[in-house]
Amino acid sequence: METTESTTIQYTVKDFKSDQYVRWCPGCGDYAVLNSLQKVMADLGVAPHETAVISGIGCSSRLPYYISSYGFHTIHGRGGAIATGVKVANPKLTVWQITGDGDCLAIGGNHFIHSIRRNVDLNVLLFNNQIYGLTKGQYSPTTKKGYVTKSSPFGTVERPFRPAELTFGARGTFFGRLLDVDLKTAQMTLMAAARHKGTSVVECLVNCVIFNDGAHGWLAEKESRADRTITLEHGKPMIFGKERNKGLVLDGLNLKVVTIGENGVTENDILIHDAACEDTTIHMKLALMEGPEMPIALGVIRDVEEETYDAAVEAQIAEVQAKSKVKTFDDLIATCEQWEM
Amino acid sequence: MDKVTKTELDNVVVRFSGDSGDGMQLTGTLFSNLSAILGNEISTFPDYPSEIRAPQGTIGGVSGFQVHLGSSKIYTPGDDPDVLVVMNPAALKVNAKFVKKGGVIIFDADTFDKSGFEKAGFKTENPFEELSISATIQLIPAPLSTLTQSSLEGFGFDNKTVLRSKNMFALGLICWLFNRPIEQAIHFLQNKFGKKPTILEANIKVLTDGFNYGNNLHLTVSTFFVEKSHETPKGKYTSISGNKATAWGLIAAAQKVGLQLYLGSYPITPATDIMHELAARKDLGVKVVQAEDEIAGITSAIGASFAGCLAATSTSGPGLALKSEAIGLAVMAELPLVVIDVMRSGPSTGMPTKTEQTDLLQALYGRNGESPAVVMAAGTPDDCFNFAFMACKIALEHMTPVILLTDAFIGNGTSLWKLPTLADLPEIKPNYVKSDMTDYKVTTRNEKSKVRYWSIPGVKGFEHRNGGLEKDYNSGAISSDPENHQKMVDTREEKVNNISQFIPELKIEGNKDADLLVIGWGGTHGHLMSAVNSMNKNGKKVALAHFNYINPLPKNTVKVIQQYKKVVVCELNSGQFATFLRSKVPAVEFLQYNKVQGQPFTVTELEEHFISLLK
Repeated sequence: METTESTTIQYTVKDFKSDQYVRWCPGCGDYAVLNSLQKVMADLGVAPHETAVISGIGCSSRLPYYISSYGFHTIHGRGGAIATGVKVANPKLTVWQITGDGDCLAIGGNHFIHSIRRNVDLNVLLFNNQIYGLTKGQYSPTTKKGYVTKSSPFGTVERPFRPAELTFGARGTFFGRLLDVDLKTAQMTLMAAARHKGTSVVECLVNCVIFNDGAHGWLAEKESRADRTITLEHGKPMIFGKERNKGLVLDGLNLKVVTIGENGVTENDILIHDAACEDTTIHMKLALMEGPEMPIALGVIRDVEEETYDAAVEAQIAEVQAKSKVKTFDDLIATCEQWEM
Repeated sequence: MDKVTKTELDNVVVRFSGDSGDGMQLTGTLFSNLSAILGNEISTFPDYPSEIRAPQGTIGGVSGFQVHLGSSKIYTPGDDPDVLVVMNPAALKVNAKFVKKGGVIIFDADTFDKSGFEKAGFKTENPFEELSISATIQLIPAPLSTLTQSSLEGFGFDNKTVLRSKNMFALGLICWLFNRPIEQAIHFLQNKFGKKPTILEANIKVLTDGFNYGNNLHLTVSTFFVEKSHETPKGKYTSISGNKATAWGLIAAAQKVGLQLYLGSYPITPATDIMHELAARKDLGVKVVQAEDEIAGITSAIGASFAGCLAATSTSGPGLALKSEAIGLAVMAELPLVVIDVMRSGPSTGMPTKTEQTDLLQALYGRNGESPAVVMAAGTPDDCFNFAFMACKIALEHMTPVILLTDAFIGNGTSLWKLPTLADLPEIKPNYVKSDMTDYKVTTRNEKSKVRYWSIPGVKGFEHRNGGLEKDYNSGAISSDPENHQKMVDTREEKVNNISQFIPELKIEGNKDADLLVIGWGGTHGHLMSAVNSMNKNGKKVALAHFNYINPLPKNTVKVIQQYKKVVVCELNSGQFATFLRSKVPAVEFLQYNKVQGQPFTVTELEEHFISLLK
């Protein structure tokens, strides 16, 4: 490949494939997300050597081995903090963090909320299969209450996290959601996450064929998916359904599904998605919609611009450096109260 | 009486003590700097309570600051004070028993009233009698509060603000007592309060009035005179605390090697000043992330190291415990990383402000798996600069985490520091990938030194995947092959052991031909050296082997120790270094002298013990 400006080079998926054999279980949802990610990386135009992929521990955290870039498969839960260090140290890199519902929301919960709070420019892919796969099937912080797993033989009595709520609670500037098998929406969402400056959280609904098969089965069947999900895009009306005749409207303080052409509803009545709205109220309502009454929201739910942590660190250093007389270590020594002996 | 006797002393120890809010640290710092400027050797040590503000006037709120001045080389802040300055009865109660015979106690007479006695838990109204203070000790009552009040009359301050200046009155009085010219003290105050003219003026007024009060008082007090030191090498000096010296050592190393410095840290006593120092150095491009916890402190630093910074994290014992798994990651990923542990009293929260050397085995072994890391320890406050610099150099040149142990005693204490220039410091040559290397893998290493080549993200052609899983020696791919794991374990071990070829040999101080070899490590150097010197002065033959490099040990360690018939390992723990040495140095009986009280050794107790060993 030529050593010209990376932005002028057209990359292909092949440029982001490593020589490693992908070792997930056959049928695992992670394959599809990996393929979508490699496609987005190629389209994004950032060179493999300017891309860093950081992960913690878990099935999905093996992903960095499969991407040809600078990669770091670290320790359980700490991917967020390590990725923060990478980005602050070297802001020119495009940094992806790969994490799962256990890695991110249990052992790594603290780092997750604080990287969001700081708004570090990271693209966080949260693979949510609602189960611990690598340790062979224990309930995770997103497992539905009552679900029977190896560590909850009588059903879990825990209330699950909803990742969007956590993200908004930590003042997140970007939240998107994708479904492993819906490649088009996945790529659109990942591309938006990559372009967003700040912590982009993308909840990836993935299927674990071995320990939690069909956790997102409600959405997975292609025929009914159009009626059971809504793909949100900024500035576009919230219309969905196989016939593209269903839409969302406000009913008091809540969202409601309506059918265009029924009860006098026209397309003009349908809400227009404003992902850039600072207020989280509608974003929260969209992110928390559940079936069967409501469609599950996919795509870009929130995408708000705010200063990133890494940029603020750089800016403050530049500001102080412009004013300070101390430019070198020897200058620093000269500031000491000093005397001859 | 008009006659003032001037007592000439080799060295003198002054302890300032009062409420945490009485400004004792500032008073002590100004006084020690003044003395250094006059050519004295100095060493200081603050002793402060963990409670931020215990009730005023109570024992729990007493904080102190000790200064040792000398006309010849001094190594410690001194054991017991010649002069004790106390701002209230509680401070007297805590400190009186330490004052040397023939010493002086100056006290704020205004606080020595019924309420003051009650708060300090005195049963009678004569605290001096109650404490059975030796008749040889001179008591100087000075009504510091009322004198400060009248000094600041007309400034229009409220009473609380006025009383906050009484430490300056005490400083003026001490300056008179030790023949320190107050012009220099005024100069210091100008630097400190230059931006607040009224505060500056008030402080100067109180300082001057305190000095004049001493001058006019004459009384029967002997004034002390400490000669200029003639032993320090000529040059420019300042006084520096160990934590500041540590921070500046990192800065110097970063500039020397041409890398950006990154610190990931979480506030913890007594290490936080390192973070404060570095956070203030944005002008030198230092990036400091105050992380959400200890683990994020170190892991963000590991991320920064992966991305090409000189990365460090600073902490104390409990924090080191939390960082264990991450240090293992740095071992496995073979990334440069400096971990600074300013040791404090443990276990658990222990006594956070008190000094100890109880983290040694944690630093050496406190990780899962075969996980060798470099462990070093600084000996004195100014030494922290050199060892922080060397920790960076070793980490970068050998691609390994380095744990640098300092402690609350040298971290907060100060000593004279001969100012370095960047040019004086040794070169640092990281083991970067060479641009003409082909087929680079994450495990590609220098086959002789076993050091892995460092490729920094952003460079085309050197993309790689690092991580905490075992890697194949040749391909760098993840591997659980049994033979390969053995080879990788051996390789990481050999790499660290090989560092002994790059560090200075162990030196013997004191009498080389000794009947007793004293072994110490880290922050006890001053006390051990003072005791050993004093023994030799008194005709006993004692040597000191003081360790700054612990893993690996200097390569002549076994040979040097085996020369001596009697060997005693002195440390502020229950015998951790002795345990380590027993595993490394065969055929030597290691005696132990241990203290775990949250306090440094005293020279006196060391000497007494050494004498008993020589009987």
